Amino acid sequence: MMRPSKPVGIIGYGVYIPRYRIAAREISRIWADGQGGVPVDAKSVPGPDEDTITMSIEAGRSALARAGVSAAQLSAVWVGSESHPYSVKPSGTIVAEALGTTPWVSTADWEFACKAGSEALTAGMGMVGSGMAEYVLAIGADTAQGRPGDALEYTAAAGAAALLVGPAEQALASIEATCSYVQDTPDFFRRADRAYPVHGNRFTGEPAYFGQIRHAATQLMNELGTKPADYTYAVFHQPNTRFPQTVGKQLGFSPEQIAQGLLAPKIGNTYSAAALLGLCAIFDVAKPGDTIFVTSYGSGSGSDAYALRVTDAITERRKRAPLTAAYLAREKFVDYAVYAKWRGKLVME
Amino acid sequence: MDLAKHWRQRAARYRLEGQRNPTSGAVRFPPEPGETDWQPFALSGQGTVYSFTVVRQPPAGLAEEAPYILAMVKLAEGPMITAQLTDCDPEQITIDLPVEMVTRRLRDLGPDGLLVYGYKFRPQIS
Repeated sequence: MMRPSKPVGIIGYGVYIPRYRIAAREISRIWADGQGGVPVDAKSVPGPDEDTITMSIEAGRSALARAGVSAAQLSAVWVGSESHPYSVKPSGTIVAEALGTTPWVSTADWEFACKAGSEALTAGMGMVGSGMAEYVLAIGADTAQGRPGDALEYTAAAGAAALLVGPAEQALASIEATCSYVQDTPDFFRRADRAYPVHGNRFTGEPAYFGQIRHAATQLMNELGTKPADYTYAVFHQPNTRFPQTVGKQLGFSPEQIAQGLLAPKIGNTYSAAALLGLCAIFDVAKPGDTIFVTSYGSGSGSDAYALRVTDAITERRKRAPLTAAYLAREKFVDYAVYAKWRGKLVME
Repeated sequence: MDLAKHWRQRAARYRLEGQRNPTSGAVRFPPEPGETDWQPFALSGQGTVYSFTVVRQPPAGLAEEAPYILAMVKLAEGPMITAQLTDCDPEQITIDLPVEMVTRRLRDLGPDGLLVYGYKFRPQIS
């Protein structure tokens, strides 16, 4: 278990979900004659002018607005993603410039498949908790790609979540503690300069997703002396609808505890944003005193678990920026042809 | 590749940073170089649609986004600017519609070129 010497928490949060969706049935219509089950109802699709940087900027602006701190007060702007637009040129400097944080700020791009955002969060806890920084902005954002026809294409989606870490006494939710559990696992990977990832089928569920999350979550609850019933809400990384439901049940959480943070059925797998977006959706409705258990997962593989306690500040602060529901409500569905054009799946030369 | 041109405009494009005259209180956008009595000023990004058109025959580099909406936006602080509207359909747009600034990808200058980011506007989310 890891816990900084100085208590820390989430001061502000912000989300971004693109306007566009494609129905999983539409993908199935192209590749499977519409037959068989689908892992989600729909997934979000980034518009042609959107990427990890633009989504991070919007989520970051909302986090700053909710925190009520100026951009110049941030000591770090960190962006976790597996879809940074440049291979070499940081997303973080562009995001920080757009937020108005430059030049006296640390920026970095984090990468750990779907848990790059929570890595940045844990590092931010260390910066603030050690006294090196007053405020750190940790962002998870992705515009994930799946090979046409592959199982991943049904879920690989886009979204961003930004968490502004600061002193616990200013927090809308204090972070009680965290722990990280990682093991070298060949469950999912993408070689450099390849457009699409591959997945190692037999590793995907056990020992990867379920194994890593169970270890991290169980360890943190044991060390804190808590059990699933002690938490108002729980949220897990959500590569599809069924995985977080299953691991929640394995750990002893009820469907009611995970319902509010489960966004995958409507928007798919937002990768680095997924668990953090679910957490933000919980912040949108949580009451002072509520407790939240969060566990991210990244292929390769590993999990970060966090225990949070919501404070009185949540009630006023969540009104300062658009709620997750506002982004979910503006959905516009596109067909496979538009999706293929926007996502670069057409050979143009 | 016009690296310097794009780099020079980053504050205005990324975060709608204009200028304010501390004596008169006047606000202008885009910012102009070479004068010392105008200070950098962060515009709110709030505005209304003054007029708009739909571009169906786009210039080079914007084919993927066409058709798109080009609008004159009256900013809350006074200046009028031309920008794309995004995340909306033409039938949603009316004169005086409240819009807000978002930072989006404006251009992709090719596999060995820059990605250019800057302001667009969209109907308000809340």
